[in-house]
Amino acid sequence: MSITVNRKALTFWERLYLPAIVGGLKVTLKHAYSTLIQRKLVTMEYPEQKWTLPANYRGAPYLVKDQEGSTKCVSCQLCEFVCPPKAIKITPPGSTGQTADRANAEKMPKEFEINMLRCIYCGFCQEVCPEEAIFLLTDYSITGNNRAEFIYNKEKLLSLGGVSPGIQKWKHKLEEAKAQDTFPVKV
Amino acid sequence: MNVEFIIFSLVKLAVVVGVVQGLVAYSVLAERKISAWIQDRVGPNRTAPPFMKYVPVIGPLLTRMGMFQPLADGLKFLLKEDFTPAGVRTIYFWLAPALAVIPAMLTVAVIPFGSTLGAQKMVMADLNVGILYTFGIVSLGVYGIVLAGYAANSKYPFLGGIRSSAQMISYELSMGMSVIPVLMIVGSLNLSSIIGWQATNGWLVWYSPLSFFIFLVASFAETNRLPFDLPEAETELVGGYHTEYSSMKFALFFLAEYSNMVSSSAMMVTLFFGGWTLPFWGLDHPATTLLGGVANILVFVVKMLAFMVLFIWVRWMFPRFRYDQLMDLGWRRFLPLALLNILITALWLWVRTE
Repeated sequence: MSITVNRKALTFWERLYLPAIVGGLKVTLKHAYSTLIQRKLVTMEYPEQKWTLPANYRGAPYLVKDQEGSTKCVSCQLCEFVCPPKAIKITPPGSTGQTADRANAEKMPKEFEINMLRCIYCGFCQEVCPEEAIFLLTDYSITGNNRAEFIYNKEKLLSLGGVSPGIQKWKHKLEEAKAQDTFPVKV
Repeated sequence: MNVEFIIFSLVKLAVVVGVVQGLVAYSVLAERKISAWIQDRVGPNRTAPPFMKYVPVIGPLLTRMGMFQPLADGLKFLLKEDFTPAGVRTIYFWLAPALAVIPAMLTVAVIPFGSTLGAQKMVMADLNVGILYTFGIVSLGVYGIVLAGYAANSKYPFLGGIRSSAQMISYELSMGMSVIPVLMIVGSLNLSSIIGWQATNGWLVWYSPLSFFIFLVASFAETNRLPFDLPEAETELVGGYHTEYSSMKFALFFLAEYSNMVSSSAMMVTLFFGGWTLPFWGLDHPATTLLGGVANILVFVVKMLAFMVLFIWVRWMFPRFRYDQLMDLGWRRFLPLALLNILITALWLWVRTE
């Protein structure tokens, strides 16, 4: 069964195609003029020009330090657990390993590796971190010459992450402990 | 036939073929750049040989203009793997690109691209049947495409080949008919004498604008350019007749298309826009000095490049015609129009001589 679609018949001018040709010439000329003379480009020349990224952009996850320069991560391994593509690998210090670099912090990761080839920038690690130690920052072009280069270790992650001021749980705990010492105890 | 004639002919041949090939390479660049501008983009501006960054001012400028892009494109085509699919008809598969390129290059032979340079006429073969020769050669061009479509033994190239054969034959008719008024006015088939006539009487486009219009549209169809690129039609037929081709064989089809553009532009300039002549600055008669000869050649090349730009520009103006619309336009609009044009011209000539 054939279906007949009722279309409006073209007028004489429309059938000549000429108005359409003139219209096309005008549109293309306008665009060429705005690009060539007015330099109104819609594209960016990428490596030289870059976007201004919003603060909440989800780029590569890096470890951050607090305002006093100490590692925030306490090696709780929650991020490693939650990471969907298993990109994070944390080596905890163990019972005999190095303790934290400051008082009242529980521990520090012995090694912290993120495989940037596996990372899917989901932001679960940032969401789950109880210490606000890992953040998805604004790096989006991760490059390297071989696979090994894409595995970022702790030093690299810390140096790339920079400082993120915020709550300092360990300091708070220290103050709490000091307050405990002078707590007026009624005998 | 003396030695001097052979030497000069060979030199002209080498120079013209070289220039046409260079034009083809750089018209690809022009196509990419103009397309980019029309689409609010920048176009190729990075490719450069490594030493270019040590050349001050000119190096970066040329790189920005994309001047090295054709070199990179050419190199890519040469170095790519030349893959022959398993199901193809091998002999025809190899023959088709050659058959597409040869006619495209041959048409340039009769076009007078300048007046004289020294004692040499700036035309490779000053045939008395110049136009007939061109039409004969152009109609051979369809074999390359049809054969490519057939040899690939695959449905999309086949459809492309069929479409192209129908399209090219249809529009060749209108094209041939559209030129007849020109021949009637001038009274000669020789392209040099057509230019000579235009030098004294004014450009033929003013005498027969309808001829020019039909010839222009038909040459778009003949060169498979948008809005008549049905044989290639990326959106419908993947790549049309050259879908199965790769590497240099594909590049040859590319070359043929752009050479066709060059030769149709040259034909339009010769037939309707006075060839190497300009009505002012004393450029309307054959040059007597060497400088004048060069000026004539430059006039021709500039006119031709203007048509090349038109070819590229039009590409971004219209959507592709539907197949039935294409046939309708060719057979039911342009052919009667061209016949009517012949009649009008004949009447006009008759009235004028009475």
